[in-house]
Amino acid sequence: MELYMALAIGVLFAVGLYQILSKSLLRIILGTSLLTHGVHLLLLTMSRLKTGAAPLLGEKAAAYADPLPQALILTSIVISFGVTSFFFVLAYKAYQRLGTDDMEELRGREDE
Amino acid sequence: MSTLHFAVMAPFIAALVVLLIYKITRRIHTGWLILPVPVLLFVYFLGLIPSIQAGNPVHEVLEWIPSLGINFTVYLDGLSLIFTLLISGIGSLVVLYSIFYMDKNKEAVHRFYIYLLLFMGAMLGVVLSDNLMVLYGFWEMTSISSFLLIAFWNHRDRSRYGALKSMLITVFGGLAMLAGFILLYVMAGTFSVREIISNLHTITDHALFIPAMILVLLGAFTKSAQFPFHIWLPDAMEAPTPVSAYLHSATMVKAGIYLVARLSPVFAGHSLWFWLVSATGLVTLIYASVRAIKQTDLKALLAFSTISQLGLIMSLLGLGSAAAYFSGSVDTLIYTKATTAAVFHLMNHAIFKGALFMVVGIVDHETGTRDIRRLGGLMTLMPITFTVAVIGAFSMAGLPPFNGFLSKEMFFTAVLHAASMEFWNVETWGVLIPIVAWIASVFTFVYSMILVFRTFTGRLQSDKLEKQPHEAPIGMLIPPVILASLAIVFGLFPNLLSYSLIEPAMASIHPSLLQPGGFNVKIEFWHGWTPEIFMTIAIIIVGTLLYFLHGKLAVLNTALTRKLSLNHLYDWGLRSLEGGGRSVTKSYMTGSLRHYVLYIFVFFIAVLGGSLLLTDHIRFDISEFAPMSIYEAAAVIGLVVPAIVLPFVRTRLMAIILTGAIGYMVVLFFVLFRAPDLALTQMIVETVSVMLFLLCFYHLPKLKREKVAMSLKWKNLLISAGAGAVVTLIALAASSDRAFESISEFFVKESYTLAGGKNIVNVILVDFRGFDTMLEVMVLGIAALGIFALIKVDSGEGVLGKREAASDLHLPNSNDVILRTISRVVIFIVLAFSWYLFMAGHNEPGGGFIGGLMTTAALVLLSMAYGMDMTKNIIPVSFRRMTAIGLMIALLTGVGSFLFGAPFLSHAFDYFDLPLLGETELATAVLFDLGVYLAVVGVTMTIINSIGRDN
Repeated sequence: MELYMALAIGVLFAVGLYQILSKSLLRIILGTSLLTHGVHLLLLTMSRLKTGAAPLLGEKAAAYADPLPQALILTSIVISFGVTSFFFVLAYKAYQRLGTDDMEELRGREDE
Repeated sequence: MSTLHFAVMAPFIAALVVLLIYKITRRIHTGWLILPVPVLLFVYFLGLIPSIQAGNPVHEVLEWIPSLGINFTVYLDGLSLIFTLLISGIGSLVVLYSIFYMDKNKEAVHRFYIYLLLFMGAMLGVVLSDNLMVLYGFWEMTSISSFLLIAFWNHRDRSRYGALKSMLITVFGGLAMLAGFILLYVMAGTFSVREIISNLHTITDHALFIPAMILVLLGAFTKSAQFPFHIWLPDAMEAPTPVSAYLHSATMVKAGIYLVARLSPVFAGHSLWFWLVSATGLVTLIYASVRAIKQTDLKALLAFSTISQLGLIMSLLGLGSAAAYFSGSVDTLIYTKATTAAVFHLMNHAIFKGALFMVVGIVDHETGTRDIRRLGGLMTLMPITFTVAVIGAFSMAGLPPFNGFLSKEMFFTAVLHAASMEFWNVETWGVLIPIVAWIASVFTFVYSMILVFRTFTGRLQSDKLEKQPHEAPIGMLIPPVILASLAIVFGLFPNLLSYSLIEPAMASIHPSLLQPGGFNVKIEFWHGWTPEIFMTIAIIIVGTLLYFLHGKLAVLNTALTRKLSLNHLYDWGLRSLEGGGRSVTKSYMTGSLRHYVLYIFVFFIAVLGGSLLLTDHIRFDISEFAPMSIYEAAAVIGLVVPAIVLPFVRTRLMAIILTGAIGYMVVLFFVLFRAPDLALTQMIVETVSVMLFLLCFYHLPKLKREKVAMSLKWKNLLISAGAGAVVTLIALAASSDRAFESISEFFVKESYTLAGGKNIVNVILVDFRGFDTMLEVMVLGIAALGIFALIKVDSGEGVLGKREAASDLHLPNSNDVILRTISRVVIFIVLAFSWYLFMAGHNEPGGGFIGGLMTTAALVLLSMAYGMDMTKNIIPVSFRRMTAIGLMIALLTGVGSFLFGAPFLSHAFDYFDLPLLGETELATAVLFDLGVYLAVVGVTMTIINSIGRDN
C-alpha cells in the first residue's frame, strides 16, 4: 500500500508543480491545492499506514494509528484553506483590475 | 541601577522627553531645555574627581545577559573620567553655542538635539562600559548618531555622501573590532576588560593574540580617522558646525584613542603594538598636516588638522607602550612620559580645536562663506572672534604660553627618547621619528597661521561676501571664549590637570607600572634650554618662511593626482559593489514566477535527491508495508487519473471539478487510514473551497491553450517529473526506515492521564500543542483581514467596471423552492451536528475547527437559499468581531494559566457530578476550543461575505 501511495503522491506533486509552472493564474492556484494534498498524504504515509485503530482512546484497541501526523495535517489543512482563499481573491481582484490572468502579462516592468 | 548607570542613561531619557514635548514647547529653543543635561553631568563627574584621585574607581554591575557573560557593567577610573568630562563639558558648551547657531524657525532643531543626546549617551556608554560587548553596542550607536548628524541637512547631496562614507568606514572598523573582542573572549573567557587585564598570562602567548590586536586596532584606527581610513572625516564636515566641534574633533573621533589607551594594559609590551600604533600615528600626523595647508575651506583645513592631531596622540600612545617592555626599572618612567603627553594633549586638543571650530562656525554664520580665498580683514569687525582664533591657533601651533605649547614640548621629549630606544628594532628607524615629528610640526605651524591670518588680516573683500559681516551674538561667543581662557589657564598652570586627572589616567593605562603612591606627573612650564625648545624655535623660523613662500611653491598647493587618491578608490569600490550587486541580482530576479519556482525546485531536486543518493537512503523494504485491497486500489486510481487529466482540460469548470474530485478522494484516504478528524475537516474545507473557486472564477476567461514553446514545455515537464520522483523516493525511504523512535507514543500514553481527552488528535491540538493552534488561527484571521482589505479597499476603477462586477458577483441567489424547503430543515440538523462535533471533540472525532467549519457550511447554505441579506437579518453579528472575540478567548485562556503560576496555555480538567448531565468533564481546554470555534466561524464567514458581497 505504501508503495502505491508513494507513487500517487509523486504524481500529485508532479502535476501540481507542472500546473504552477504554467502561465494561467487559475492553474497555478489549482496546482498549489494539488501540492497541498500531496504533502498531506506524504505526512500520513511516512508514519506507516494502517497500523491500528483511529487515535481515539474510546476504541480500546491494542494499537492506534499515529496521531502526530494527523495533528500536523489538520493544522495544515486549515492554514492552506486560508492561504488558498486569499489566492482566490487576489487572482480575482488582479483580473478585475488588470484584465488578464496571464502571469507573463502580470509581470512587473522596469518602469513601474 | 546606580547613579553612574543613570548618568549614562540620562541623555537617552532626555532624548525621549524631547521627542514627547517638543511640540508643546515650540516657543522655547529646544537647546535651552536640554542644556541642563550635559551641565549637570559635568558637575556630577567633576564631583567624582577626589574619589578617583584617591584611587577608588566606581564599579557598578547591572546584570543583563549573565549566561553569556554580558552585563551592563560601568567602570569609572582616571581614563574614563577625562573622557566623561570632555563629553559633558564640551557637550555643554556646544549645546549653548548651537542654540544661537541653529535657527529654531528654519531647522528641525528637536531632531538635531535628539541625535545629539543619543550621541552623548552612546559616547558616555563607550567610555564607561567595562564589558566589551556593551562597549561595542555603544560604539556602533555613536557611528549611527554621527551618521544622522552629518546627514542633518539631508537635502544636500554632499551631506548624504559624507554621512554614508563615515558610516561605512566606521561600521566596517566596528565589525572588525567586534571580531577582535570575540577573540579576546575566546582567549580570556570573559568580556570584562578588568578581568582580561587581571588574567593577562592566559592570552599573551595565545595564537589568537596578534589577530585580536590587529582587529581591535582596525576599529580604533577607523574611528579615529587614522591613515588610510581618514578619508571620511573631511566629508563629515558637511555636518552643522556644532556637530563638527563636538563629535568630529573633541569626542567621537577620540573613541579610537580611548580604545587604544583602555586596551594598552592588554596589548602594550608587544613590539607589533608599538610599531602599528606609533607608525600609523606618525604617518597620519605628517600626511594630514601636509594636506591641511592645501585646503581652501576652513572646515576642511580643520578636518585635516584634526586627523593630524589625532595621529599625534595615537603615536604618543604607541611610544608610551614601550614602557611596558621594562617592568619595574627606572627606564619605564622615561617612556611613560609619552603617555602623559598623550593624555595631556588629548585634553588640550579638545579645548583649542573646539574653540577653533566655533570660530569657523561664527565666521561662516556671519559672512556666509568658509572659503579663505574670499575671506580676509575680519579682525576689526570681529575682534573677540579674532582673539579666540589667535589663542586657539597659536596653541595648536605649539607656541607659548598656551597649553598646546606644553604638550608639543612633551611630544618632542617623547620622540627624542624613542629615537634612542635599543630594542624592538627601533635602532634602524628610530632616527626618523623625531624628524617626522618636527616636519609635521612645521606644517602644523603653517596651517595654524593660514587659518588666522588669511581669515582675519589683509583686505576685506566685501564684494565676495553674501552678508555684511559683524561680531557674533554674545551667546555664540561665550563657549569659544571659555575654551580660549582654558587654553591659557592650562598653559600657565598645567599642574591643575596633572594631579587631578592625568595621574589617575596614567594609572589606568599603565596599571602594571603603578608604584605605591601613584604616578608623579609634574609638568613644568619652563624647563631650561633643552633640545625641545630649540626645536620649537626652529619651527617658528622655518614655518614663518614657509607661510610666506607657500603661495609660490606649486608643490604645496596642487592636490595629489586625482586618480590615485584614496577617495577615488573608495568611490570606485562603492560604485562597482553597487553596480556588480545590481547586475548579479538582475540576472536572476526576472520578475517571472515561473523562474522563481524553477530555482526552488531545481535546488530541491538537487539537494534532496542528491543527498538521498549519496547517503544510500533509497530503500524499498516492501515486506512491512500494509497490504492493499481492491477497493483501495480503485481509490488510488480515482486519485491519480483526475490528476493526470487536469493539465489537459481546457474549461475552467472542468478543472475546478477535477481538483474537487481529487480533494474528495483525499478525504476517502483519510477514512481508509483511520483519520476521522482529518476526513471530516477535509470534506468541509473542500466543499467550501469549491464554492469559493466558483465564486471567484465565474468571471475569469476561458483557459486558453497556452502558446508555450515546446522546449519550455519539456523543461517544465522534466522538472515536475523530477520533483515527483524525488518525493516518491522520500516517501518510500521514510516509511521503510525509522531513524529513531517517534514521539507519538507519548501522546498516546498521556493524552487521557494528562489532558483528560480521548481524542488524541484533538488533545494534541488544543492542549499539548495549543500554542501552535492559537497562532494558526491567527494566520487564518490575518488571511481573512487580507481578503477583506483586498475587496473593500479598492479605490480605482477595475477593468470590468464596478457596476458590472456588482451585478454578476453574488452568491447564486436561488429561487429554487425545493432548496429553500429542504434547507429550512437541513440547516438545523447541520447546526446541531456542528455543535455536537464541537462538544464531543475532546473524546470523539470533532473539535473547534471541525465544528466551526460545519457551522459555516450551515450558514452558507442559508445564504444560498435565502440570500445574504436575509442571513444578515437572521444572524445580526459582525463576523470580524466574532473572529476577534474568538482569538481573545483563546488568548485569555492561555494567559489565565499565569494566575495559577503555570506556564502559558496550561490546561486543567476535572470531573463534576452535574444535575441532569451526570458525571461531566469540564476542562479549560474546551474554553480554548470555543475560542478556536468562534474564530474559525468568524474567519470563514468574513471571507465568504467579503467575496460574495463585493460591489
